[in-house]
Amino acid sequence: MANNGFTQLRRTLTNHLATVVAATLSALVVSALVAIFAFLAIKGATSLNWAFLTQTPKPVGEVGGGMANALIGSVIILLIASILGLPVGIGAGIYLAEYGQNRLGQAIRFTADVLNGVPSIVIGLVAYGLVVYQQGHFSALAGGVALAIMMVPILARTTEEMLRLVPTAVREAAFGLGIPQWRTTISITLATARAGIITGIMLAFARVAGETAPLLFTTLGNQFWSLSPNQPMAALPLQIYVYANSPYEDWHRQAWAGALLLIIMIVGTTSIVRFVFRQRIGGGVR
Amino acid sequence: MGAAPDRHIPTPANRGLDQNTSKSMGSSEAPKISLVTRSQKAPAWSRSIFNLDSGFKGLMLVAGITVLGIVGLIIAELLQRSALAWQKFGFQFFTGSAWDPVSGEFGALPFVFGTIVSSILALIIAVPLALAVAVFVTEMCPPLLRKPISFATELLAAIPSIIYGVWAMFILIPMLRGHINPLLIKYLGWTNLFKVPDYGYSMFAAGVVVAIMIIPIISSISREVLAVVPQHQREAALALGATRWEMIRMGVLRNARAGIVGAIILGLGRALGETMAVTLVIGNSPQIAKSLLAPGYTMAAVIANEFNEATDELYRSALIEIGLALFVVTIVVNILAGLMVWTVTRGVPAGARGQ
Repeated sequence: MANNGFTQLRRTLTNHLATVVAATLSALVVSALVAIFAFLAIKGATSLNWAFLTQTPKPVGEVGGGMANALIGSVIILLIASILGLPVGIGAGIYLAEYGQNRLGQAIRFTADVLNGVPSIVIGLVAYGLVVYQQGHFSALAGGVALAIMMVPILARTTEEMLRLVPTAVREAAFGLGIPQWRTTISITLATARAGIITGIMLAFARVAGETAPLLFTTLGNQFWSLSPNQPMAALPLQIYVYANSPYEDWHRQAWAGALLLIIMIVGTTSIVRFVFRQRIGGGVR
Repeated sequence: MGAAPDRHIPTPANRGLDQNTSKSMGSSEAPKISLVTRSQKAPAWSRSIFNLDSGFKGLMLVAGITVLGIVGLIIAELLQRSALAWQKFGFQFFTGSAWDPVSGEFGALPFVFGTIVSSILALIIAVPLALAVAVFVTEMCPPLLRKPISFATELLAAIPSIIYGVWAMFILIPMLRGHINPLLIKYLGWTNLFKVPDYGYSMFAAGVVVAIMIIPIISSISREVLAVVPQHQREAALALGATRWEMIRMGVLRNARAGIVGAIILGLGRALGETMAVTLVIGNSPQIAKSLLAPGYTMAAVIANEFNEATDELYRSALIEIGLALFVVTIVVNILAGLMVWTVTRGVPAGARGQ
């Protein structure tokens, strides 16, 4: 009997121990997040100033200057990426959801998942071969191609998922009214899933906006103003990388400021999208 | 979906659309049906002779095929541009440990070693933490905390690699050097894995950063897997008098085993290809050191660092071959992991998963 009581005690203690361990480790993970954001906020906010947002980099070693050209550069590269990537990604998503119940659909779905897992540095190598090598010089266009390739699988899979949430009955109602299938897809199905698809687009943006590896040997970076997509261009993540890796105190400061700006852009987009669209996806479509 | 109606069924409006071509088709009775008055004012697009339906489908098909084309292009591009190094070195490329671009000697072993060691180190650190989060969130924590913890781990996933790199370089490394590494040297020095000199920039630092980066993916997929374990498994265990931990261990984790292993392998896939954060903290030195506190180098990092400096064809080709190897390995790892997760979650609708 005593033995039984002892076993009972051991089991209870193990149970409590497991709970404590799980809770502690979870707290550790959350505290890692807090640590990252706290340092970003402190180091970034004290480094951020007006010059950072409006000036181009100063020559090596000089204090001051900013990343205005990198901010604009990032926007241009993302624009190029979305011009190239959005039609393909969303089109592929539409194909998968509306026509993709066959071998080919399976193959495309599988390939999109494979593409999603390809390391971004490898995509950079490929964009180098496809654009930079052919053109003979680095360009913002090459970076746009690399980011577009990264966006396509995310867009394809989220678009498909969102379109699938639209009940078949909605499509059938449209067909019943004599609306041809293409028109149904554009004006009814896509319109119904709009919120979800916009979420997917924003998430794809957030995912590629901070990518550095694919830009290293495509857009290359630029210390000066450059608005031509055919020229090397500065980009925020690239500039952060170069500055963080440099030996200069002032450049480290600017790397922190850039990092803060980048995280605000990305986390801002992600959480706004989550909060604004969560209910509309849930209520509107299901 | 499969339930999409056949679009060749002649509906009233369709017949209206056919009006222009009705002479050639010989169905002139159709317009008499009064239902189609709306189509008399049919807009230009609907009167087109082209079958817009198949045109639209074709367009979407082109987009879908493009996805296949992109992956085809990636493979072709990597194979073609790494051919030179492959011809010159063959498989010895991956077993040689001399990396001397100046004299044209290229052996990728230090990078393969660094990639494997840093990834395994990351897994050793990340797996317990990620599983603890997954178990705590799905099985233990008060409902009030569930959302915030899930949200926090999701946020970790949204932070770009370069920011982890900057943070690790300026915050994590000084912290490790000041507080953690001395303890490791003192208590684990006998394993020879943690030895002075402590460089700061090291394999260990890379492992820690990558661990933080892969925690979200492992924990979110594990959570999905745990959530599809049938509720009656838990109830049965509790009914037999199991404590909550026994219920989790025997009723939940055992059932979700394959999926959890899949989640871990998926994390491994992410760790192998991690570039920017690793480049900034690993020290970038092509050596095979026994101590984890010594600098190292990874496959992804060497491409990031040296590709722009690689001026001759052979050097570039060698780096692209490393890229090809990375591509093949990550794809195999990801497919394997996807299959394992799928065996657990199949048949459960996506909406019913996770919290």
